[in-house]
Amino acid sequence: MANNSIFEFDLQDDGIAIVSFEVEGEAQNVLKQEFIDEADSLIKDIAQQKEIKGVIFTSRKPKSFIAGADINMLNSAKTVEEAEQMSRNGHIIFDKIEALNIPVVAAIDGVCLGGGLEFALACHGRVCSDDKSTKLGLPEVQIGLLPGGGGTQRLPKLIGIAASLDLMLTGKQVFPKKALKLGLVDEVTASANLIKAARKRLMQLRKGQQKKKSIFSMQALQTLALEKNPIGRNILFDQAKKQLLKKTKGNYPAPEKILECVEKGVSQGKAAGFAIEAKNFAELVMSSEAKSLINIFFATTELKKDTGIDSDVQPATIDKVGVLGGGLMGSGIAYVSADKANKMVRIKDISADGINKALNYSWKIISKKVKRRFISDADAKKTMSRLTGSINYDGFHDCDMVIEAVFEKLELKHQMVNEVEANCSNKTIFATNTSSIPITEIAKAAKRPEQVVGLHYFSPVEKMPLLEIITTPDTADWVVASCVELGKKQGKTPIVVNDGAGFYVNRILAPYMNEAGLLLSEGVAVEQLDKALVKAGFPVGPITLLDEVGIDVATKVAPILEDAFGERMAPPKIFERLIADNRLGKKNGKGFYQYGKKQKGPKEVDSSVYQLLGVEPTKSMSNDEIAERGILLMLNEAVRCLDEGIIRSARDGDIGAIFGIGFPPFRGGPFRYMDGMGIEQVIARLKHYEALHGERFSPAAKLVSMAEQKETFYG
Amino acid sequence: MSAEVAKKTTKRPKQDRVAIVSGLRTPFAKQATHYRGVNAIELGKMVVNELITKTELDPDLIERVVFGQVVVLPEAPNIAREIVLGTPMNVRTDAYSISRACATSFQTIASLADSIMLGDVSVGIAGGADSSSVVPIGVSKKLSLALVDLQKARTFGQKLAILKKLRPGDLLPVPPAIKEYSTGLSMGQNAEQMARDRGITREEQDALAHRSHSLAAKAWESGLLNDEVMTAHVPPYTKEPLSQDNIVRFNSTLEGYAKLRPAFDKKYGTLTAANSTPLSDGASAVVLMSESKAKALGYKPLGYIKSYAFSANQADHDMLMGPSYATPLALKKAKMKLKDLDLIEMHEAFAAQALSNVQAFGSTQFAKDKLGQRTKIGDIDMDKFNVNGGSLAYGHPFAATGARLITQTLNELKRRGGGVGLTTACAAGGLGAAMIVEVD
Repeated sequence: MANNSIFEFDLQDDGIAIVSFEVEGEAQNVLKQEFIDEADSLIKDIAQQKEIKGVIFTSRKPKSFIAGADINMLNSAKTVEEAEQMSRNGHIIFDKIEALNIPVVAAIDGVCLGGGLEFALACHGRVCSDDKSTKLGLPEVQIGLLPGGGGTQRLPKLIGIAASLDLMLTGKQVFPKKALKLGLVDEVTASANLIKAARKRLMQLRKGQQKKKSIFSMQALQTLALEKNPIGRNILFDQAKKQLLKKTKGNYPAPEKILECVEKGVSQGKAAGFAIEAKNFAELVMSSEAKSLINIFFATTELKKDTGIDSDVQPATIDKVGVLGGGLMGSGIAYVSADKANKMVRIKDISADGINKALNYSWKIISKKVKRRFISDADAKKTMSRLTGSINYDGFHDCDMVIEAVFEKLELKHQMVNEVEANCSNKTIFATNTSSIPITEIAKAAKRPEQVVGLHYFSPVEKMPLLEIITTPDTADWVVASCVELGKKQGKTPIVVNDGAGFYVNRILAPYMNEAGLLLSEGVAVEQLDKALVKAGFPVGPITLLDEVGIDVATKVAPILEDAFGERMAPPKIFERLIADNRLGKKNGKGFYQYGKKQKGPKEVDSSVYQLLGVEPTKSMSNDEIAERGILLMLNEAVRCLDEGIIRSARDGDIGAIFGIGFPPFRGGPFRYMDGMGIEQVIARLKHYEALHGERFSPAAKLVSMAEQKETFYG
Repeated sequence: MSAEVAKKTTKRPKQDRVAIVSGLRTPFAKQATHYRGVNAIELGKMVVNELITKTELDPDLIERVVFGQVVVLPEAPNIAREIVLGTPMNVRTDAYSISRACATSFQTIASLADSIMLGDVSVGIAGGADSSSVVPIGVSKKLSLALVDLQKARTFGQKLAILKKLRPGDLLPVPPAIKEYSTGLSMGQNAEQMARDRGITREEQDALAHRSHSLAAKAWESGLLNDEVMTAHVPPYTKEPLSQDNIVRFNSTLEGYAKLRPAFDKKYGTLTAANSTPLSDGASAVVLMSESKAKALGYKPLGYIKSYAFSANQADHDMLMGPSYATPLALKKAKMKLKDLDLIEMHEAFAAQALSNVQAFGSTQFAKDKLGQRTKIGDIDMDKFNVNGGSLAYGHPFAATGARLITQTLNELKRRGGGVGLTTACAAGGLGAAMIVEVD
């Protein structure tokens, strides 16, 4: 049998064919048209050779089975028909594998995701390695798609409806142990024994042995009660639908379509199931939501390769990170540096108690991982040993970078700059985690301003994916590159922005928050404000955000922005009254909402806030109008940031807004959203509100000129 | 002449001494207080990790770790290696563990110093850790025997016969022995015998304990120990961090000591809980380098090792006289007399034991009978003796005490502008250790 460029065919003496594959020139194996074509002719050949008694599919690329379908290929579909054909082609080839009358086993070592797992599902058996890199899953939903290679049909059959929905609706990836427990694979073994295990599984299949599962396990009982009869199934699907609608607010079509595919497949049979899968897949591929999510995927992939600078200066080696201040931000930064980036971390605080709190912060996260058996107790202790603290500068001299997270006061920041320059080496980078003070102001105290940079982390640090790196005209390229690299290792997506009041994220957030305050002053109820923006796709509403972040913190940057940009950034007067009333939000249990013990169900508005602000929450306004007013101001400000060179590109602006603020991902970010809406339309809407509410809605000059030139942000 | 052993007589070239670059310890804590549930290995990791960080020592430079614990955890007897593996140290750092009872960290330092003098390694860490709060609790000898027999038994009848021999009392867990394996005597009984035979009174002992606590309290209050004692943060990091020893009495009064009843000999005894060291938890460590290496790396060492010696004497009688046997050997190797020393730091296991040794140092009889020399070791000038208090006040996590004595002496010498100091300790089994250190 002829070997082609991807597949190698090796017929062993015992009649077992080991078919290995590798897609050259890619970091991971991906399913491309070429792969499918070659697989097709290979399977044809196999079907004709009578001496083959069984087939084992395995990858020649180390630690990569198949990472999924080539997204560029999906993106190339021009019409719904074309996209549907793509899915059907996948069905045909996988069907052919399934239909072979000799047993076929997938031997999986490394990532096995999306189309890769669907390929494995078409095989008759699956064994996988216990390697750290081995992960299985169907993550299509995360880019707004569904598993279009038969995944929605074969997975429920293999592991049950509930378990398969859990995998497909969240897109989560499972490790070998869990995969075995789910029944997704038949055996887990060491990488070196993988082919032996696959061979064993082949023999079992030849003898017609099936894996037996206990009917008395919880899983089995649940399956019996909910999945094996139509009434139970209906309950299951209803529940699943309710839950997902709660999450998507109807903004993301993919989960519902996945559900539909599974439901149809179960109730109407195989042919109907596959047909609906191909149809739904095609609709999703062509949907604006999927396009947005795929663009985000591409943007983050690009950012992973981006060094953050235009020159080819190399980043410095960062082994040890100093953190000044063991508060909430300092603790979080220490955690991601030690656990994610594997750096040595030295925390300085004014008290031993502060250090203890910072250590406790990491300990809580790490011990949770131990409890869930993600890591061993020994690993947890080892990670903790990378974190040490001191109340003086002992052990700071050899820090390659010091990140300060002390109170937001310029004099204090200057003191930190001086102390770090006095106690650390002349190579030490000084990074400030300020969220409001311009970096240029802080750098004024520095002897080495080229080593001063802003690292704006978002709270809670271990969860928020964005890192805003702020440079001044003095900041050296090697400093920026070092920060970008560290940020990536900390698990963040870094964007590099230029210094300016509010940097990027807070600057576009401020007018949106101010608008919420103004809407409240106009008499729009707190709940409605939050609801309108959650419905528009934000993770939380603006008022909840104020309570969560702390009203004092959230309003700290406002005066700075007003100073810098004038009237359009003027915060509503009501915020002052809240601070005067010591309403700081959730942290002191006093904010817009009630924070008590009895909390059950949705939290309730503390209605005394209306009295305090002197408003009657009676104004009726449509959700769309509420959302539009806030979002338009955010868009308008984002354009100014791009125009002024605060952000380097529209891509960075989109990623910053999505990862830093939670700008609705299905809209693709402010710039993608404006491109989609049409610049003319953006201007028209802004002008509409300008006429009603004044100059703050006046379209940015850049927008106007773009409209004249018929330009778009992404060309 | 009684059995005494001189171990080493090798001379090293004067020009390249063994430098003690820095030293650190955890605060020492009473049993089951701050370090409740924290075992000796965790204590060792804590101190070594902070020592490396504080010293700003590149982990890749550390060639060897020599560590010890007295109450050995059966699950991890090589504490030194566990420290390397459990901290951000380089896995290629060699590590081994030793036990020499209460003189364990004298031995870890001496063994590492030997390797440095031989040119085997040039940078290493030595120390010791012990916990009295996490101890291996075993089963009775009878039960242990029965369990092994049961594995070998084949028939049900045989098994039943083995089980029938067990009594309910045999099933109780057994804490680690406090009696010496070979003599069957406890430390307290040994010290009681020494006090009894020498006529050391309760008052003298209480006075020494009071002196120890008062001086230690003063040392803490004047901030002398801040640099050599780290702050201990213990998981889950909710308990307030410990920055000071919690054994030292900051309001010690002599009258307070008189109130206690004897602890070991209820009838005629003079030893009490207050004039004996309490069971305690802690760890200590030092960074050692060859003098030339330290200078090449730009370190200003705390001080240097001048000489050391170990001794062994009878274990069933006068067991804790080690300092009186080891000191003359160390002095001889350093070519010094007792009066040449600026400081004498002696481990105080019991006030009675310390006083017995002070007595022996000044006794010509002892020198003639036990040391085979005509002149006494020398009278101890109490102004030079344990000037910042001793183990009675600080506590005594067995394996950690030697390194504590050495670091504390070096820092005190440094404050005094340099000089030479003796550090010495007795140890179970009739062992003795003495090390003379100097600060330029």
